[in-house]
Amino acid sequence: MNRRAWRKLVNRLAIGASVAAMAFGLAWLLSILWNVISLGVGELGWALFTQMTPAPGSQGGLANAIFGSALMVGVATLLGTPIGILAGIYLAEYGARSWLANVTRFVNDMLLSAPSIVIGLFVYAVMVATVGNFSGWAGIVALTLLMLPVVIRTTENMLLLVPNSLREAAIALGAPRWRVITSVTLRAARAGVITGVLLAVARISGETAPLLFTSLSNQFWSTDLNAPMANLPVTIFKFAMSPYEDWQRLAWAGVFLITMGVLVLNILARTLFKDELKR
Amino acid sequence: MNMNMNPNILVAAGIDPARAVPPHAAGTAGTPALSLRNFNFYYGKFHAIKNVSMDIQEKRVTAFIGPSGCGKSTLLRALNRMYDLYPDQRAEGELLFHGGNLLDRHVDLLDLRARIGMVFQKPTPFPMSIYDNIAFGVRMHENLTRAEMDERVEWALSKAALWNEVKDILTRNGASLSGGQQQRLCIARGIAVKPEVLLLDEPTSALDPISTAKIEELVSELKHEFTIAIVTHNMQQAARVSDFTAYMYLGELMEFGVTSQIFLKPARKETEDYITGRFG
Ligand SMILES: Nc1ncnc2c1ncn2[C@@H]1O[C@H](COP(=O)(O)OP(=O)(O)OP(=O)(O)O)[C@@H](O)[C@H]1O
Ligand SMILES: [Mg+2]
Repeated sequence: MNRRAWRKLVNRLAIGASVAAMAFGLAWLLSILWNVISLGVGELGWALFTQMTPAPGSQGGLANAIFGSALMVGVATLLGTPIGILAGIYLAEYGARSWLANVTRFVNDMLLSAPSIVIGLFVYAVMVATVGNFSGWAGIVALTLLMLPVVIRTTENMLLLVPNSLREAAIALGAPRWRVITSVTLRAARAGVITGVLLAVARISGETAPLLFTSLSNQFWSTDLNAPMANLPVTIFKFAMSPYEDWQRLAWAGVFLITMGVLVLNILARTLFKDELKR
Repeated sequence: MNMNMNPNILVAAGIDPARAVPPHAAGTAGTPALSLRNFNFYYGKFHAIKNVSMDIQEKRVTAFIGPSGCGKSTLLRALNRMYDLYPDQRAEGELLFHGGNLLDRHVDLLDLRARIGMVFQKPTPFPMSIYDNIAFGVRMHENLTRAEMDERVEWALSKAALWNEVKDILTRNGASLSGGQQQRLCIARGIAVKPEVLLLDEPTSALDPISTAKIEELVSELKHEFTIAIVTHNMQQAARVSDFTAYMYLGELMEFGVTSQIFLKPARKETEDYITGRFG
């Protein structure tokens, strides 16, 4: 076999292998999606959004769990986004290679790769065991801690992608550092930063382990953040593990809702700033 | 032979060699806007500018020429203390501006940069509208009414020969302009602040001949109001637009004088070799 034919063959093999690998991954993903949709979509209806989680054998929905999840993820996002962006700004624009920045980066990377159950147990020890009851606030803190490192890292990375020449140009006009950051640098990086936040929200909205130890769950409608709070992941966990068929069906409905929510967030992240990200 | 080469450049640049010395440049008398005295610059341990002393005359164009890496950008960036952003860079000596030393630690850098503006080699439009690109710097230093700001934006864009092209699309993003338009936008942004001195680092190196001609015209126009220092690799450009020329080599100021003098009768062989393209 001559070299050219050999090269062609290798090329074909490489393409074939990568297509096969992609098909393998995609097949699993599609079958998951298919399962979730076919098992979950049948449960959709008014009752799902208006009625509380039921006792086994009676009618009910997921209203309290949907509300609890939305509230805790929402508050965690409101807390995690500004703190994360500010910390990212510090690392990229002010800290640079300083001692403090390097330590922060190291700790942040550890947090980023920490299993979520560790975060859950930590918050349990600090906020639940000391007070003596599970609470919505504890859940919010756990979710915030999960979200924070993602936002910090993406913000820093996106800011570092902004060319220094842009910063210099703004500084050469006599703009103070904070103006340069808010009006020029952060603005140039905003598509990436917002995408990072959206993906972080997607990540925390399905987490079960940290909520299991913090907000636990609640059978009733509750808006009290100092009391245990219902949420989708823990409800799904509880219902799916149960021997009751109606609970299992509700669990699938919950899985469907979370999957769709995460899917929408991902699509949003991809389409919202498509043009800006390409540049 | 050598005597022929140099005038050729002036002719190519549209200057009659016989009348090449502009009346105002006879001798170097004039008011210096900026004076360097024993100026040295270091990147860490690397000594990039060596003991330069020179005056940059008020409302004149001073060109900096020299082979790549000789320190032109370094010198220019030192004049408005851009190097302050980088902890390992420092300048020594004196840089006199209105009687004070700009290298002094107590100098107000925001104010300094409002008075000594800079335009870079690569266009850097801010991620905002064309209008806001211009207004951004002005807002840092002045409190203008909406009408006054409109007027200032139009003034700056007109000066930069860009007004006619963008007057109907002022709300569009600055990045949507062509490269040449972006560079003129950056120049407009620089002059909108009304600095006393404008530093231009190879402003036309990325531009087509028409945009280049527009910017050269602009420089000649602007010198009635601003002091201009321009770095260029284009000898014709230096000959066309500048009143004074500084030739640098390996961080040293080799020769400095009236442009026509430098191009017609350079005092040093190295300058002549560089100008005539035999080296560099
Ligand atoms: N940030 C930096 N750190 C260290 N050395 C630098 C830095 N910037 C420039 N230098 C060095 O300083 C010297 C002068 O560089 P400078 O950019 O001023 O040259 P220049 O005359 O503008 O060249 P060119 O015509 O290619 O733009 C060069 O030897 C360069 O390697
Ligand atoms: Mg340069």
